[in-house]
Amino acid sequence: MTQEKKYDIEKIRKDFPILHQKVHDKPLVYLDNAATTQKPRQVIDKVNEIYSIKNSNIHRGVHFLSNQLTEEYETSREVVQHFINAKHKHEIVFTNGTTHSINTIAFSYGEKYVNEGDEVIISEMEHHANIVPWQMLCERKNAKLKVIPINDKGELILDTYKQMLSEKTKIVAVTHVSNTLGTINDINTIIKLAHEKNVPVLVDGAQSIQHEKVDVQSLDCDFYVFSGHKVYGPNGTGVLYGKEKWLEDIPPFQTGGEMIQNVSFEKTTFNELPFKFEAGTPNYVGAIGTAEALKYMENIGFNAILEHERDLLSYATKKLTSIDGLKIYGESKHKISVISFLLDNIHHYDTGMVLDKLGIAVRTGHHCTEPLVKHFNIDGTVRATFAIYNKKEEVDALYEGLMKVKQMFG
Amino acid sequence: MTLDEKQQEVIEEFQMFDDWMDKYNYLIELSKDLPEMPPEHKTEDNLIEGCQSKVWLHAEMDNGTLKFSADSDAIITKGIIALLVEVLSGRTPKEIKDADLYFIDRIGLKENLSPTRSNGLVAMINKIKAYAMAYDAKQNQ
Repeated sequence: MTQEKKYDIEKIRKDFPILHQKVHDKPLVYLDNAATTQKPRQVIDKVNEIYSIKNSNIHRGVHFLSNQLTEEYETSREVVQHFINAKHKHEIVFTNGTTHSINTIAFSYGEKYVNEGDEVIISEMEHHANIVPWQMLCERKNAKLKVIPINDKGELILDTYKQMLSEKTKIVAVTHVSNTLGTINDINTIIKLAHEKNVPVLVDGAQSIQHEKVDVQSLDCDFYVFSGHKVYGPNGTGVLYGKEKWLEDIPPFQTGGEMIQNVSFEKTTFNELPFKFEAGTPNYVGAIGTAEALKYMENIGFNAILEHERDLLSYATKKLTSIDGLKIYGESKHKISVISFLLDNIHHYDTGMVLDKLGIAVRTGHHCTEPLVKHFNIDGTVRATFAIYNKKEEVDALYEGLMKVKQMFG
Repeated sequence: MTLDEKQQEVIEEFQMFDDWMDKYNYLIELSKDLPEMPPEHKTEDNLIEGCQSKVWLHAEMDNGTLKFSADSDAIITKGIIALLVEVLSGRTPKEIKDADLYFIDRIGLKENLSPTRSNGLVAMINKIKAYAMAYDAKQNQ
């Protein structure tokens, strides 16, 4: 389907109040979107509305406010369900974020299915959040962590992955998109190959959900996780999607209120899905706010978003590579709008400090992917990431900023 | 020059700068003036934790005063440590140990560094103070 409406960047920018300010007397150019995205007025208003007139603890009240907000919380679950095309509403678990979601599976699935001598497969480009929980699991169980290597373009070497899969493999956990390089992994093939060996796959969607249309049924992934705050929603919220059969099968992670059916001092029985995995009072404000953010994105339309971000990426890549001495890390043909780079021999921290004073927000360092940056024999990069509200003029500002950096340190 | 006079001098120097680019340019210049750190002192022990960039700091006694040598792989950070070295090198351990380094606030260095970066600066000062305390204790033995 071709895009029906024109991408109105100025209209979108108007929805994000934070963008219209000066930093160090310069107009803010926010290019740290892979770390967190800014929030549209619609999300801010929703959060405001809940605290102003709707707040009440959900699920347990007999009164009007509690019932009203419980309904809104459960409707938000449906919004997420439809957004990623999950088969059932109860396959959507609200968590604190991607890290919490991954830890849940590393514990719950790991406790039940990973034993001594078994293997867990991750990749060299994982965020620490998709390394450490598995590493800890392997230590607990005396299992082995296997790592899919990357080539110098920053792409997973799937031939090696294919050879790694065996009857010892108990789970594969890989990122859909690299937060440092922007590479979009061939997740379809990764899942297909794992399933041929009856191995379930967890997809870390923290960096894909805001850029790509995700359909968990067509991907056929077993678990898909993401954070609300990276998809224009409130901080401290996340989603764990799991196929019904797995979520039914594995034990709960955290225990406490809401997730129980009956408690006695002899025996506790657990609640049905998805409440089994939502111990304690959930962050209902965050979950409802996240649903609002997803609706906002759907309203713009994924085709439009994709096209806009692709445009920005190719414009920025062209513009930045025209700077003598600038090297981009992550050169896959399949990339989302992330550009990681170094300029001459200038330290990423120096570049970031100067850009900051020019009003330009980028991330510097290893981006929580230490093993990945080591692959390139560096200790970090400067990372600029583009979102729905960024425009070409901001790429130009980045370019001018880098010319200034070059002049200062050259 | 007393420590107070030196701090005043630095404050006045920074007052001449109109914006942050000028301050950074000045720090870049300072980084170039910092004497090269002997490679044997660039050890794991002399590496300061808590900075996004690598910072090494070494101290030794010379005629009753402390002499610092330092380096960093980032230029602005190197300029900052160079400034600290310029202000403090050649003073007695006791003076450094008891020093109130108010110039850092006054030149806007602290407020313009985010908490993690600021920790880097705090970590540098802590390391300097730790050297001073150790040598001061040694002298009083």
